[in-house]
Amino acid sequence: MLVLGQDEKAKYPFLADAGEYLKDKGFSLTQFGSDPVLKLSVEKALHRIKVAAAGEVYKSDLIDGQASKDYVLEREVFSFLLAIVLIKLTGMSTLIKRFALAEARRAENYLEKDLGNASNKSKIDLATRIIYDLFNIEIIKENDFFVIPVSDYLKHSVTFHEREWKLINRHVENGKVFLTPDKTVRLIRKELGNYISSKIINAPKPTMIPGLENIVNELITISKKLTPTYTITTGEYPPCIKHAIDVLEKGENLPHSGRFMLATFLLSRGQTVQQIAPLFKNAPDYNSRVTLYQLNHLAGTSGSATTYACPSCEKLKTQDLCFITKECDNIINPSQFGKKRK
Amino acid sequence: MNETDIKFLEDSFKKYYFNHFNLISTPQRTSEREFGYQKFNSGFFNRHISLRDDKELHLLFMQNIPSDVYCSNAYYAFPNSPMNEKDWKEADLIFDIDAKDLNLSCRNNHTASICNECNEISKDIVKCVKCNSTKLEKKSLPCKFCINASKIEVNKLSNVLIDDLGINKENIHVYFSGNEGFHVYVYNSQFQKMGSKERSELVDYIMFRGAIPETFGMKRFKPNRSSFPDFNQKGWNGRFSKQVFGSKSKRSKIISELLDNGYSSFQKTLDNVSDQIGVKIDPNVTMDIHRIFRLPGSINSKSGLTKTLCTDLTKFDPYTDACFLNDESIEVLANCPIEFKLKNKKFGPYNNEKISLPTYAAVYLICKKLATIA
Ligand code: SF4
Ligand SMILES: [Zn+2]
Ligand SMILES: [Zn+2]
Repeated sequence: MLVLGQDEKAKYPFLADAGEYLKDKGFSLTQFGSDPVLKLSVEKALHRIKVAAAGEVYKSDLIDGQASKDYVLEREVFSFLLAIVLIKLTGMSTLIKRFALAEARRAENYLEKDLGNASNKSKIDLATRIIYDLFNIEIIKENDFFVIPVSDYLKHSVTFHEREWKLINRHVENGKVFLTPDKTVRLIRKELGNYISSKIINAPKPTMIPGLENIVNELITISKKLTPTYTITTGEYPPCIKHAIDVLEKGENLPHSGRFMLATFLLSRGQTVQQIAPLFKNAPDYNSRVTLYQLNHLAGTSGSATTYACPSCEKLKTQDLCFITKECDNIINPSQFGKKRK
Repeated sequence: MNETDIKFLEDSFKKYYFNHFNLISTPQRTSEREFGYQKFNSGFFNRHISLRDDKELHLLFMQNIPSDVYCSNAYYAFPNSPMNEKDWKEADLIFDIDAKDLNLSCRNNHTASICNECNEISKDIVKCVKCNSTKLEKKSLPCKFCINASKIEVNKLSNVLIDDLGINKENIHVYFSGNEGFHVYVYNSQFQKMGSKERSELVDYIMFRGAIPETFGMKRFKPNRSSFPDFNQKGWNGRFSKQVFGSKSKRSKIISELLDNGYSSFQKTLDNVSDQIGVKIDPNVTMDIHRIFRLPGSINSKSGLTKTLCTDLTKFDPYTDACFLNDESIEVLANCPIEFKLKNKKFGPYNNEKISLPTYAAVYLICKKLATIA
């Protein structure tokens, strides 16, 4: 098991043993419901969940991965542990998903920085140890690169859709793949998310902590609003569209051409900009203002006279966005999907 | 095939298996493999067989006199259960290189066609010379050039396996398939436990498929000279340099041309390069982790030649080194418009004539359906 320093626990709080940590600090969970000083941690936890629910990444009070005061560090870890308790109390799986994803993103940033920190060997060692302990991938630093066995690389990269991740587009030598720090971390993004969500799912469900009822109720309300509306009709969508939604839901990057296809398709099915926008929330580079602007532009509601049609199947094939199945039934545009049949 | 022909083939095969059982390599971890076999003139494929050791394997040959015997590259907990209950553990990495997939121009010169309608045999591979039917069964008698072209692909493959994928030379075994190509086995590699999807990615790498311009130095925006590959680089970058630049002196000029032609033209260059330097393996074979392969040392009933381990590929000549049947002579009615060579002896062409041939040559022709026992 890894031995973590204080600031590491703050950066990677999911590695800390929750119960032990609290005991160490001399606290019990119930105190968080009443103790006015600990209230700050509760507020932080709530904030942390809200940020995640909105599809963004929580920015901690750490500066360069370090805190000025010990209590800041403590609060970082507390707020994470409490957030899990709160989410468990709501029992909402949407929250688990969003929170795990956001926390994975956050950890990803730190891992990337730690790996890329050429001057600090212990940071690099720790990051590689974490990756080894959690995902059983042995990463070795070689000059500016991190090398991992080809088989480990493939195990993770096969689920990626961008051509850049094909093995042929990597430097491969002697059974190893050479990666930059950001690619190394990107490779395990999904697993990191899974790891965090499995930690939440497997955590025992606590009993309600007196004093936190209101917060839990607030979170339930937030979560209910989140429940996406678009999945209701998924059954009638062509494979290319399903795939695009899938990519976005997993928080992976969908190329611009894919977003264009998805948006124009949904618009053609009569969905509104407001209904479509949340789909893009998980995208790594999500920006709500830009997204709305672009969607409005496509829909022809923002001044421009043209509305944009969904690209043809042929065009989508050249963009690697087509995932044709028998159901496509010789249509030439995704918007015809399902309509040809009697 | 008629009864007499089958009887003759079975007798010849049986003699081989009786005298040369030592050539059959019982695979490592025999009891974890799935075996399968076929008999002459039977459409039935006996699969899902498990054997404990070489004695049981021997028995299978002697009792059944199979036309073809197969063994899985996969290891299972229960090899004789139905596929979805076998409990797959791992599989050796396998590659199939076949002359027929190499688009060689010599191929037409040594392919005979048998008309499905009137049984006429000729060298016309488009339509029957007698009844004009286009339903033809083609039989190729691969030439030296075919074999050499396949060997070149095997060597290309070995280079990628060793240099890029870090495979130990000793763990690569090359077998002549018994007909038109080679099977390359990789043992004990880091890829043993990999599933089908991952193997398919590996295939794309080896075949040089799916490369993007950026990987070889061409950027979409503001491309510059400094990022292009160079000769001394390892892996595909180095091979790309040799193929595209040719020589050191031409590198600079060619980079300028590439930059002038732009990004999408570079993608086309990559596609061409893929045809030239990518290794021509059969992707489906490597991806399939539940397949059974001809057992090394067994006879290929398409030719009567043996699937043979090639210890020295350069010197290996399938028509002497994989031809193990005896030379007792037998009378056949041969109709083979193509000349061929076995055990350093020339045969054919035969125009529907009764002749006496050594057993190995008679078997070869009967297997190709170009002769019958007289
Ligand atoms: S054929 Fe058309 S509708 Fe079907 S997956 Fe491809 S692009 Fe989509
Ligand atoms: Zn005919
Ligand atoms: Zn040839």
